Amino acid sequence: MEDLFAISDKFLLATGETLLYVAVAMLIGGLFGLVIGVALVASRQGGILQNRPTYWVLNLLVNFFRPIPFLILMVALQPLARIVVGTGIQDPAFMFVLAFAATFGVARLVEQNLLTVEPGVIEAARSMGAAPLRIILTVLIPEGLGPLILGYTFAFIAVVDMSALAGIIGAGGLGNLALQYGFRQFNPFITWGAVLLMIAIVQLAQALGNVLARRVLRR
Amino acid sequence: MTRVLIEGVSKRYPGRGRGASDIVAVDDVSISVESGEIHAIIGYSGAGKSTVLRLINGLERASSGHITVGDDRITELGERDLRAVRTGIGMIFQHFNLFRSKTVADNIAYPLTIARVPAAERTRRVAELLSFVGLQDKAKTYPEQLSGGQKQRVGIARALATSPGVLLADEATSALDPETSKEVLALLRRVNRELGITIVLITHEMEVVRELAQRVTVMDAGRAVEQGDVFDVFAHPQSVTARRFVATSLPVSPGPDHLAELRERHPGLLVSVAIEDGGVDQQRVFQTLAEHGVAVSIVHGGVAEVGGRVIGRVTLELAGEMGRVEGAVAALAHETQLEVLR
Repeated sequence: MEDLFAISDKFLLATGETLLYVAVAMLIGGLFGLVIGVALVASRQGGILQNRPTYWVLNLLVNFFRPIPFLILMVALQPLARIVVGTGIQDPAFMFVLAFAATFGVARLVEQNLLTVEPGVIEAARSMGAAPLRIILTVLIPEGLGPLILGYTFAFIAVVDMSALAGIIGAGGLGNLALQYGFRQFNPFITWGAVLLMIAIVQLAQALGNVLARRVLRR
Repeated sequence: MTRVLIEGVSKRYPGRGRGASDIVAVDDVSISVESGEIHAIIGYSGAGKSTVLRLINGLERASSGHITVGDDRITELGERDLRAVRTGIGMIFQHFNLFRSKTVADNIAYPLTIARVPAAERTRRVAELLSFVGLQDKAKTYPEQLSGGQKQRVGIARALATSPGVLLADEATSALDPETSKEVLALLRRVNRELGITIVLITHEMEVVRELAQRVTVMDAGRAVEQGDVFDVFAHPQSVTARRFVATSLPVSPGPDHLAELRERHPGLLVSVAIEDGGVDQQRVFQTLAEHGVAVSIVHGGVAEVGGRVIGRVTLELAGEMGRVEGAVAALAHETQLEVLR
């Protein structure tokens, strides 16, 4: 058995890194995803800002990036990462790619969840003279908030999953720890330690999402 | 004064598929609604009444024709100007369409926020509206905790928030049970009488027209097939559609099967008599029958009240000596719409 302190330091550092990656990806990707998702709902046929070309372009964009396996996307986006964050490797590049992938995943989730909002309430708001932007901010998003929270919880967990590949381009986190120290050095203790920590993160996120959604939906 | 004027309005949607011809939802409809009037548009589903209602506040744009609400020429306005006009036109819905993320008070305050009413004034107005619809104690509850009738009352309060001159009602009672439906109709009557708001409502229930409206437009397949005072349309429906609607709400002559059944039970001569305030003198009918020494029993039908006037149709059994009965029928044929059911 190695020095327990050294290992726990590694776990602590890796957990911090994972949380940082996921937080950054969810903040940036969550925001851009929200914007794209709302734009998809608004511009689609029968939407409050119906616009065929806009919908077509956004839909194509989402459909283009979403099916790319994250491992491939990470490598393929290296040139873009160099332009945006100045490097193609390690933490900055990885957070960029993670946020990028989260954007398109979240966009589709937001679109799907906002489509569950009754068209009738949108019509009611229109009948009172509300402008499209006001409808989006004060009706569409509040009315769809419950499903949105659950959608973001789902996205958060998917991002934790993707974050395990950080080691490929030289970034860290729990996934990297499990691969580098657990898998490569035949140390199941580290592998399973990392796994348990990831499970804990996911559980906490899901529980928080459920509580928030229940509070918003009042059921 | 004309409050809502619809002139030769049509609405066409592009047909689905290549080369498909346009679907005509509304076809050259003209309706004129006076200030303070309750105007009902009745029709079966797909008749285009819902589209007409949405053309009035510009939620849908007319393909041709002109619509004017007050001084605003709806069909000529852009979306931005229309939004301003809409704050002066309330609308209520079959399924209420309340914001479930907002409390009752916030639902009612929403149109006031759009109309840029200051917060203090908003609070005062919301309290006033809640008491008008009798829901003072529900300000802080959420829509899902309300019954259907309460939801519609919130819908009405919300639609009245900006003190509109016109209220559009889209099947406002169709999702409610008969009892609650009556309460909501009574509230709408108060909205009209106490606040002087012009109401344009659409419905597929003749009962609603009978209880609430002064004038009615009957729509079928996108066209306005009949129009007039509610009493006149009830008393003398001209179109097939109007006649079918009237039959759902007024006593009529018995159908062939029912007539055979009646005849088995009643050996006398069966006659059907139309009853209409101002059209038929009931007292004279019964007096004439009595003078001829004919025994009368009512075996079918009845009367209803439309706009404070009685209208209906009764089937009478006339019993007695054959000669006397025929004499009475001959005498009555001159002064009333009497029909012998053979």
